Amino acid sequence: MAVVFEKTKGLTDIPFHYCPGCTHGIVHRLVAEVMEELGVLNKAIGVAPVGCAVFAYEYFNCDMQEAAHGRAPAVATGIKRVHPDRVVFTYQGDGDLAAIGTAETVHAAARGENITVIFINNAIYGMTGGQMAPTSLIGQETLTTPYGRKPGNNGYPVKMCEMLSTLDGASYIERVSVYDVKHVLQAKKAIKNAFTAQINKKGFSMIEVLSSCPTNWGLSPNEALKWIKDKMEPYYPLGVYKNTLEEVKQNG
Amino acid sequence: MAKVLMKGNEALAEAAIQAGCRHYFGYPITPQNEVTAYMAKRMPEVGGVFLQAESEVSAINMVYGAGGAGARVLITSSSPGISLMQEGISYIAGAEVPCVIANIMRSGPGLGGIQPSQSDYFQATKGGGHGDYKLIVLAPSTIQEMADLVQQAFDIADKYRNPVMILGDGMLGQMMEPVDFGSIKKGENHIEEKTWATTGMGTRKKKNIINSLELDPQMLEKHNIELFKKYEKASKEEVRYEMTNCEDAEIILVAYGTIARVAKNVIELAKRENIKVGLIRPISLWPFPVEPFEKTVDHVKGYLSIEMSMGQMVEDVKLAVNGRKPVYFYGRAGGMVPESYAILEEIRKLSGGAI
Ligand SMILES: Cc1ncc(C[n+]2csc(CCOP(=O)(O)OP(=O)(O)O)c2C)c(N)n1
Ligand code: SF4
Repeated sequence: MAVVFEKTKGLTDIPFHYCPGCTHGIVHRLVAEVMEELGVLNKAIGVAPVGCAVFAYEYFNCDMQEAAHGRAPAVATGIKRVHPDRVVFTYQGDGDLAAIGTAETVHAAARGENITVIFINNAIYGMTGGQMAPTSLIGQETLTTPYGRKPGNNGYPVKMCEMLSTLDGASYIERVSVYDVKHVLQAKKAIKNAFTAQINKKGFSMIEVLSSCPTNWGLSPNEALKWIKDKMEPYYPLGVYKNTLEEVKQNG
Repeated sequence: MAKVLMKGNEALAEAAIQAGCRHYFGYPITPQNEVTAYMAKRMPEVGGVFLQAESEVSAINMVYGAGGAGARVLITSSSPGISLMQEGISYIAGAEVPCVIANIMRSGPGLGGIQPSQSDYFQATKGGGHGDYKLIVLAPSTIQEMADLVQQAFDIADKYRNPVMILGDGMLGQMMEPVDFGSIKKGENHIEEKTWATTGMGTRKKKNIINSLELDPQMLEKHNIELFKKYEKASKEEVRYEMTNCEDAEIILVAYGTIARVAKNVIELAKRENIKVGLIRPISLWPFPVEPFEKTVDHVKGYLSIEMSMGQMVEDVKLAVNGRKPVYFYGRAGGMVPESYAILEEIRKLSGGAI
C-alpha cells in the first residue's frame, strides 16, 4: 500500500505534554517537517526556552540545548559562533522573547546573528498559569490583569515583527498564524523561508506565530482559534515584514 | 620562550589563547578592560571569535551556548558584572558545561568603586547563583601564576565539566610583570573529544541534550548527588596552596592573591623583631586547603587572616582550624590594600598578648 502520510523524522517519539487544542504542537511539527525537508536535521542545533515549550529539547530530533528564561538568542549565538555551518534555531514564547529576553532578541537581530527564531505569540504566559504577557491585548483579562489590560497601568502590547524589521541585521521576518489549514500551510512556508535565509547566511530570521492558549484564555479549542483570528490578528497583522531573500532575487 | 612584560589582564587573555581557547564573550567593565581589547585584537589573528555582548547576562549565556557546543570558552568581568552572570553560572553548573570565568574583583557592594578588592570571596566560593553547585576557584598572586592557572583552569573545567573561576583583583589585573608563556603546554594537545556536546548529530545516532531542568524530585536529587560526587573528587584532587616559613612559626598569616604578596613582606619585617611569622596561601579557594592547617595547628599560637574585605575567607580558616587555635582577622575594604606595617602592628599585638 502506498504511504500517503508519515510522521516527520524531525520529531522524536516522546508524546507532547501540551494541552488539548494548543497550537504549540502544530508549530513543532511544522518546524520539524521543514528541517527534514531541507535535510538539515543532522546539522541542526536547537535552543529550547522557558515556558510551555521548555521540553522542546525532548521533542525535536536533533541536538538541543535548554536556555534560561529569555536567553535563548544569546545561547544560540554562542553555539552558532562555534559552529557557523550548522543550523541553529530557538523556539520561544512571548514572555521569553518579548519580556525577560527582549535585549537578547533585539541584539541578536541587530548583530545579524545567523540564527532562526520561532516566536510563539499566544498573548499570555501559559506555563505559569495565565499572567499578562508583553503581547497581551488591551482589555485582555489575565491573572495579573483581572480587570483587563489597561494602557495607563500596563502599557501597550509589543509588536516584535514591526520592531525587529527596522534593524539592518534582520534578514527574514514574517508573522503568521495557524488557526486554519490555509494559514498552517502559509506558516510552514514562512518557517522554510526563515531557515533558508539562515542556510544562505543572510542573518537573523524570525517567524512570529499567532498561537492559541485555550487553557489560560478560558476558551474551547475551537473558540480559541476564532479568538486568534478575531482578536489577535487585527492588532498583529500577518505578513512579511522583512525579506532579504526577495531583495537578492530582485537585484538579480 | 623569553619572558615578556605584560599587564595581568593581558597575560590572562594570552594564556587562554595559548590554552586553546578560541571563543571569548565579554562586556566592558573596569578594571578588566584590557582583556576585551586584547581579545578583540588577538582572536582574529588566531582564527578565534571575539564578541562584545550587549550585557553580562547575554555574554554568560553565549558562553553557555559555546561551551555546550564543545568549545573552550573564556569570559571575564569584574564584580558587578559577575553578579549579573550568576543566573548563567548556575545554569552552566547545572548543565555541566565547562568554561573559564575570571573575576577581576573591584570593591563593592553595589556600584562600589574600581579599586582592587577581595570582597567577592563568598560569592565565588559559596555559590552566588541559585541551587546546590560549586565552582572550582583559583586565586593567582603573580602574573606568571595568573597565566599558569588560566591554562590549568581550562583542563580542570574539561575534566569535571564544570565552570572554573579565576579570582583575581584589580591590582593583579592592572600591574605589569614579566611572564613566560613557554611553560604553558599547548592546550589543544590535550583537549579530549567532547562526545556530549551539541555539535549537530552528524552521523551520531543519539541526539545530545544540554539541560539543567529536571522536574522529577527523585531524579533531580540524583543529579544533585552526582554533582556533589564530582565536587568531592575535585576537593581531593584540585587542592592547591603554598606554605612559607610555617615550620616553626608562632603566628601564621593566611592570605590569597595580591595581599599574599604583602604578607610575604611582613614575614621579613617580623623576622627583624624576632617574631616568627609564616604564611599559608590558598591557591584554590574552593576546594579550600585544609592540609596546611592540619600540619601547623599543633605548634602555632594562632592564625591571622588578612584580606581586602571585611572578612570573608576568615570563616573558611575558622572551619579549617575548627576551634583548635584562635583565628584573627585584619582587613581593609573599599579598595584599600592593607599595608605591611599595619599588618605588622596586628602581629605585634598578637605576639605580645597571650593569644
Ligand atoms: C528567571 C525566570 N523568571 C520567571 C520564570 C517563570 N516562568 C516560567 S515560564 C514563564 C512564562 C512563559 O511564558 P511564554 O514565554 O509566553 O511561554 P508560554 O508558556 O506562554 O508558551 C515564566 C514567567 C522562570 N522560569 N525563570
Ligand atoms: S498552557 Fe496554553 S500555551 Fe501552554 S500548553 Fe496549555 S494551551 Fe498551550
